Amino acid sequence: MNIELHTLSTVTGIQGHPGNFTVTLRQAPRYVDPDKCIACGLCAEKCPKKVPDDYNLGVGKRRAIYIYYSQTVPLKYAIDPEACLYFLKGKCKACEKFCPTGAINFADPGEELSLKVGALILAPGYRPFDPRVLAPYGYGRIPDVVTGLEYERLLSAGGPFQGHLIRPSDHQEPHKVAWIQCVGSRSQDGRGNPYCSTVCCMYAVKQALVTADHVPGAETVIFYMDLRAHNKEFERYYVNAQAKGVRFVRARPHSILPGPLSRGVVVEYVAEDGRTRQEDFDLAVLSVGLEAQDGALELATTVGVDLNPFRFVETTGFNPVATSRPGIYVCGAAESPKSIPRAVMDASAAAGEAARTLVMARGTLTREKTYPPERDVSKEEPRIGVFICSCGINIAGVIDVQELADYARTLPRVVLVENNLFTCSTDTQDLIAARIRELNLNRIVIAACTPRTHEALFQDTLREAGLNPYLVEMANIRNQGSWVHQHNPAYATRKAKDQVRMAVAKAALDYPLARAAVPVVQQALVVGGGVAGLTAALELAEQGYAVTLVEKGDKLGGNAWLLNRTWKGEEVRPFLTGLIAQVENHPKIQVLKQAELKSVSGSVGNFTGEISVAGESRRVSFGVAVLAIGGQEYKPEEYLYGEHPRVLTALELDALLREKPADLKAAGPVVFIQCVGSREPGRMYCSRTCCTHSVENAIRLKELDPEKPVYILYRDLRTYGLRENLSTKARELGVIFIPYTLENKPRVTESAGRLEVTVTDPILGLPVRLSPDYLVLASGIRPHDTSGLVELFKCGVNEDGFLTEAHPKLRPVDSTVDGVFLAGLCHYPKPLEEAVSQAKAAVTRAGIILAKSAMELDAIKSEVTAHCDGCGLCVDVCPYLALKLEDYQGDDGRRHRRVVSDKALCKGCGLCEATCPKEGITVHGFTLPQLEAQVEAVLEAL
Amino acid sequence: MEETFEPVVLGFLCNWCAYAGADLAGVSRLQYPPNLRVIRVNCSGMVHPELVVKALSRGVDGVLVMG
Repeated sequence: MNIELHTLSTVTGIQGHPGNFTVTLRQAPRYVDPDKCIACGLCAEKCPKKVPDDYNLGVGKRRAIYIYYSQTVPLKYAIDPEACLYFLKGKCKACEKFCPTGAINFADPGEELSLKVGALILAPGYRPFDPRVLAPYGYGRIPDVVTGLEYERLLSAGGPFQGHLIRPSDHQEPHKVAWIQCVGSRSQDGRGNPYCSTVCCMYAVKQALVTADHVPGAETVIFYMDLRAHNKEFERYYVNAQAKGVRFVRARPHSILPGPLSRGVVVEYVAEDGRTRQEDFDLAVLSVGLEAQDGALELATTVGVDLNPFRFVETTGFNPVATSRPGIYVCGAAESPKSIPRAVMDASAAAGEAARTLVMARGTLTREKTYPPERDVSKEEPRIGVFICSCGINIAGVIDVQELADYARTLPRVVLVENNLFTCSTDTQDLIAARIRELNLNRIVIAACTPRTHEALFQDTLREAGLNPYLVEMANIRNQGSWVHQHNPAYATRKAKDQVRMAVAKAALDYPLARAAVPVVQQALVVGGGVAGLTAALELAEQGYAVTLVEKGDKLGGNAWLLNRTWKGEEVRPFLTGLIAQVENHPKIQVLKQAELKSVSGSVGNFTGEISVAGESRRVSFGVAVLAIGGQEYKPEEYLYGEHPRVLTALELDALLREKPADLKAAGPVVFIQCVGSREPGRMYCSRTCCTHSVENAIRLKELDPEKPVYILYRDLRTYGLRENLSTKARELGVIFIPYTLENKPRVTESAGRLEVTVTDPILGLPVRLSPDYLVLASGIRPHDTSGLVELFKCGVNEDGFLTEAHPKLRPVDSTVDGVFLAGLCHYPKPLEEAVSQAKAAVTRAGIILAKSAMELDAIKSEVTAHCDGCGLCVDVCPYLALKLEDYQGDDGRRHRRVVSDKALCKGCGLCEATCPKEGITVHGFTLPQLEAQVEAVLEAL
Repeated sequence: MEETFEPVVLGFLCNWCAYAGADLAGVSRLQYPPNLRVIRVNCSGMVHPELVVKALSRGVDGVLVMG
């Protein structure tokens, strides 16, 4: 609605200044009028020209008129002029002849466009590394060597083989697959990129696990240098993969040879013990890295932003979404290789930066989505339409969807049953809306995935078709069907029939519901005064909202006071003092130090909190909260910490570097031990910042004294992304890296006052004894005690004590509670720039709520019925204090009592419904008759 | 032909935890017997005792209330 898409377009120029840019675009011709194209697909069916399908990375075929993939937005066909016979040979035009809407236009000249915008966000993405330049790996020459992205398509239900895993050479199922990591990444010979691509380790681990799903018993081997499982929950995932039998071999294979008859491959590598080995595989997957998109340089030149030497957009460690040109922002892998959560987070942060630029004009050009008037279905008998999703092969690969559809047709009140490849795709959404209108459907059942992710989408489809959104039910035949009964298709189909019957039974009793609106308190609460909290507070205030910042201590700034530099080398203190001054002097920010949040009531849009400030209690109202209570350095209990004065933590070394650099310059050898208190049973997470931190400090020590022996004892060196350049620099300066394992940790002893560190060298297989002057422990990051906030806000927390996001990939800064957002170390260990990005992202997400003076509530709320006699049993059980007793005058003229429900407080939990002995209160969407109908539907099968 | 005994278990699963857990079991491809029939509820506290009694007395082999 408020997004205008210009596909096939290239930016050709930009003029003006932040708040008022003129951007010119060259839009290449599509040769299909998008206003006329209905994506019926007839053109592609009739098109005689087949070309390799880029989306399936050339593994499959597409036509010269095509859509890139079936969920493409906008879903409109385009002609590829480099493949089309008409453009190449001057004849054919089959598409034009068959197009039912006359959408084809061979004379389409394209368009030059000029747009007025206030801010610009660059998100051109990345391109995968092309491994052809690494001749010894045989890509392009050996059929059974594929890239990670090609393998992804081979695994995909929407891929060239419908998700049946086969290898290219002979289309047989591979039973032994190898992954080669760091292809085109961490390269020192100029044939790849020197940096780490961040995501390949985890995609390889994921692919190995998914392979075992496709081919039970498949042998999977990952050849890696350092396994970089540094993001939230990744370490556990990695450990789980090891437990499930994925074999991890620390080696960088030097060559891949074709197997016998060019089927399969032979991987040659040098093992950790220095011996050369060969191993046969059915298929090898090259975990190719990420690099700057084609045209990155041209785009940067056109819009006038700086790039780094790797052609990624240059940013600072204090604002990872701001480019060198004011008003132009960047997100995604154009800035550096990054994972999905980080890309999503940076996208929100960049949107926030743009919103701040546009704050004066907010809302002046936006449009509201309008829906057709709602059809009154109260006089109609239920006419149910059932749409059964195949979900590619996710459902149809296990459940017999035809049998299910035939069965659904026999159910009472069902007037239409259809089966779709993807019921959630835009074209099917349009189809559902059309069927509703054609056949006067008034209840819809979607048999597909889970309502938890997709109900809202289908509710919107109903609204667009003039139906109340609460007239849709979902039968969860994927997450709770095909996916969990993969080996029992007959029974899964039988269960799916029951699920559909239950959903149909409930749908017949669905009735229209109305959403109430509540006023929004357009103010925010920020808990925690570290860099994340400060950034969030400042951004909110800059966007025009009043902010209360609650800090437990007597000083703002948090852990950043203990840091010297960002990994990019910028001094932290000037940034920090500037940020604090801006916050403290901002007229819209109230800073409360030595303050603690004591209680919270209310819900999204309308919270009330009680804050104790130096012993006094204050009340604040807020519409949203950003939780940024930070974390702390783990104080080690191992390696003689606290016993020997020269055993330091990383932050203690920072302090020494700040205050007494001469002592360190004069000192002898320094040893770093990584993963202290991280990646161990009970703390199975990577603290992320420690590898980079140690490498930075090792460089600093070498700069103070190039002759000083410096050793880093590590398990997997996780200098991810562009940080890899630091570890390259450290190696060049002579820092010695020695790997150790969890089972064979270094031993630290003291002898006559001197420290002795013993570690087993993996190549020699022998213990090496080091006698450092300083031992630095790269101790991990612990969350602060989050239990208080969890209790107050009822938000989620993981087993390590870090607050949980609503969705690990798609909603990385939303907490599990509406209106409550997360930033900084309380969510997971992260470096400064990510804390800043996350805080900015949290503000953008919060701004969606704060920007409006009222917000719509869900309609799933309690409602008192005529049966209520005011006994008050429900009042006692309501956990949200949403019910009260009131006196009223009845039709008989006498005083009566009954219960009233406060819609803003009610969460629709239905304790009242289950408690009431006389059906005097009900919860919309989950009424007793609806639940009974589902029970009856189950009983029917007995 | 004699059929083996296949019990039917009726589950009332809270949308916010147990139902989400059942979804996650799917995402994680955890395999379990297909005998459970799930009714999604907004809170396990909304399950009226009468529903449980009715189901058991009319022949389901077990009722799970999870939340």
